[in-house]
Amino acid sequence: MTATGALNSSRLRASTIFPALVALVVLFGIPLTTDSFQTFQFANVAVFVVAVLGLNLLTGYSGQISLGNGAFMAIGGYTTALLVARLGVPYALTIPLGGLLAAAAGVVIGIPALRLRGIYLALATFALALAVTPVLNNFDSFTGGHAGVNMNPAAPPFGLDLSNEQWLYFLCWAVAAILFLPARLLIGSRTGRAWMAIRDGETAATANGISISFYKTLAFGISAFYAGVAGSLQAVVLTYINPDSYSLALSLSLLIGAVVGGLGSVWGPVLGGLVVVWLPYLAERAAGLHLGPLSFGGKPDIGFGILLLVLMYFAPAGLAGLAARAWRRYRRLRRGSGGQADGESETVEPEPVATAERQVEPDQMST
Amino acid sequence: MIGFKRLAAVLATLALTAVACGAQQSGSQATKTDPGVTQDTITLGATYPVSGTASFYYSVAKGAGAYFEYINNEKGGVNGRKIKYIVVDDAYTPANTPAKARELVQQDKVFLTYGNLGTPTNLAVRDYYNQQKVPQLFVFTGSSVWGADYSKYPWTLGWQPDYVTEGKIYARYITQSEASDKIGVLYQNDQYGKDYLNGLRAGLGDKAAAMITDTATYNANDPVDMSSQVNKLKASGANTFYVAATPAYAANAVTNAVKNGWKPKIYMNNVSGASATWRGVVKGLGASAGVDGMISSTYLKDPLDTAKWGNNAGVKLFRDVMTRYGNGCDPSGADSFCISGMASAFTMVNLLRQAGNDLTRKHVMDLACCALNETDNPLLLPGTVVKTTKTDHFPVQQEQLQRWEQDHWVPFGPVLDARKK
Repeated sequence: MTATGALNSSRLRASTIFPALVALVVLFGIPLTTDSFQTFQFANVAVFVVAVLGLNLLTGYSGQISLGNGAFMAIGGYTTALLVARLGVPYALTIPLGGLLAAAAGVVIGIPALRLRGIYLALATFALALAVTPVLNNFDSFTGGHAGVNMNPAAPPFGLDLSNEQWLYFLCWAVAAILFLPARLLIGSRTGRAWMAIRDGETAATANGISISFYKTLAFGISAFYAGVAGSLQAVVLTYINPDSYSLALSLSLLIGAVVGGLGSVWGPVLGGLVVVWLPYLAERAAGLHLGPLSFGGKPDIGFGILLLVLMYFAPAGLAGLAARAWRRYRRLRRGSGGQADGESETVEPEPVATAERQVEPDQMST
Repeated sequence: MIGFKRLAAVLATLALTAVACGAQQSGSQATKTDPGVTQDTITLGATYPVSGTASFYYSVAKGAGAYFEYINNEKGGVNGRKIKYIVVDDAYTPANTPAKARELVQQDKVFLTYGNLGTPTNLAVRDYYNQQKVPQLFVFTGSSVWGADYSKYPWTLGWQPDYVTEGKIYARYITQSEASDKIGVLYQNDQYGKDYLNGLRAGLGDKAAAMITDTATYNANDPVDMSSQVNKLKASGANTFYVAATPAYAANAVTNAVKNGWKPKIYMNNVSGASATWRGVVKGLGASAGVDGMISSTYLKDPLDTAKWGNNAGVKLFRDVMTRYGNGCDPSGADSFCISGMASAFTMVNLLRQAGNDLTRKHVMDLACCALNETDNPLLLPGTVVKTTKTDHFPVQQEQLQRWEQDHWVPFGPVLDARKK
């Protein structure tokens, strides 16, 4: 399995350029064909794509569950907000800085996290998520406390004739695209293989000479970097943050995005970002909140929960897993020689949560 | 590598097209008539905590929505136009509000936003509304910033009496009637809590430092346990307990104060004045003795006080409207958020009537900021004038003190007008 990654890299170019091109056309098309609300929402999608990319590396590839990545977003968010609002630093400069500070925090947290596994690590990071808001409130002379921090909206540079939302959209997606590449490359590299080996069996990984502590801490640091950049971007998009912006719900929505998008899948985070931003909106519309005379139960949370349950029931490997499965079936049908053996394996084969990416590979090999 | 060159060319073309189209689009957006008004409808929008820990505030929207329904069904709307009221959920989280504001303006094409709830949530979108020149009207928060920042944010306006003013009213009462008091202050650690503290300090003047023995704080989403704060204030030797906390925290604080044997004189911020809250506390304590005599203030008529308002036409209208259109608002008026919702909706309807057929955002905002003069609001205390002028952007400024007795509030003293003095 570790060998196929290297073999694939030559094949990868042909098979990724076409979807990448389609993705680019869609990306440029969206802000030109949607209203500014939708453009704004899609800018938020990019923010969450970045955050989920990071969480996917940590949880999907290195196998460490984190419920606390919202805390790293808070570090990025406050870095940007405080520097822009108090010192007048150009916001573009604060975005990498937010990522780096968050990465440092990620490494610091990653070291004690080495002692924890599975559900215990999840609980420890859960505590981290819970602590963010009170801590930010507590140091109110520095953070501005509950009153929050207000920034001037980011105007398009170089006199570009774009609306505010369009500019935010391009900014966020540019950052997302830039950060997508290293994530993709990491997964196929020695580091990515080490992570997956650790995820699939620490003892076996150790026996193969992989430094568990180094790679686990690295995963935490890189994941936190992505979350920090996402937090900085989000602050630029929102122009106002306060401690309540980083509630437990934020950390949970990142995990929802990673799982529903498809853990351990390259494109999962993109789908996850779409889900995190658009699913609550759809749930609210579905709950009938938009009636004139308020004649509804007004419980969008319930609708959101039901939609999530349905999604996880039909796509236990996330949307990326679902897409991969549909693609395989399509290929089999087109080959016409699908045969009974394949059909059977389709129904019997369980979809382990973290294997969507690997299951695609045999198909690629066979072409 | 040939592929790469071709790819680069395609990308460059796309980028150019994108910029060109962007220019076209924003150009066409410049010529704008005011959306949200048709021959027979006016669409208003609002952001509220429909879900989450602050969802009890949602009653304000229910009270307002009920009144709009009443106007639509029984009065034929406003100048022949029915009011459509769209409420979206921001869960009282400022990170959610910017998208919601755009949803209302772009997606639902509202004429204006009315009654958006919460200080941080409104701060999060004040720049947006003012840039878009969409009214952020009668926001439901008593922060003093809306009126104070009017010159910088002319598309944003509050409605209810502000917290600083209310704090001053309590201070004046304290100095007049119980000059020797030692005051322990509990406040929410944000602009809202500090407004109350600053109002108290300003009202006490030179004596503030000597009279306030200690302060204790909590943060908006802390666990609801005020026992350590209450113990701290009790230990400071205070005989007066000044509470600037939201309902759940205020109720917990008073319960703790009664249970641990501290018998302070309690001053309760209007934010937590709903009778239902204190009936619950009295029930939990098993006796009203510890709560009796608690002082608060109100700018609304209290339908629970049947002795005083039983036959009042305004209160009858409230019961009527809530019976028919309340959608969860109790016609008894136990939930004072329903009352304030309907009271502010009354001002909103009046404003739209006043605007007549000139329903542009600019015109409505000009009237709201500087030319309100409403004397007949059915749910505000008698004599209250909802008023704005070129120099005064605080619509409601009259309040009356009230005292808790067993299971309801009893107003006392004159209606105090913050505009005078």
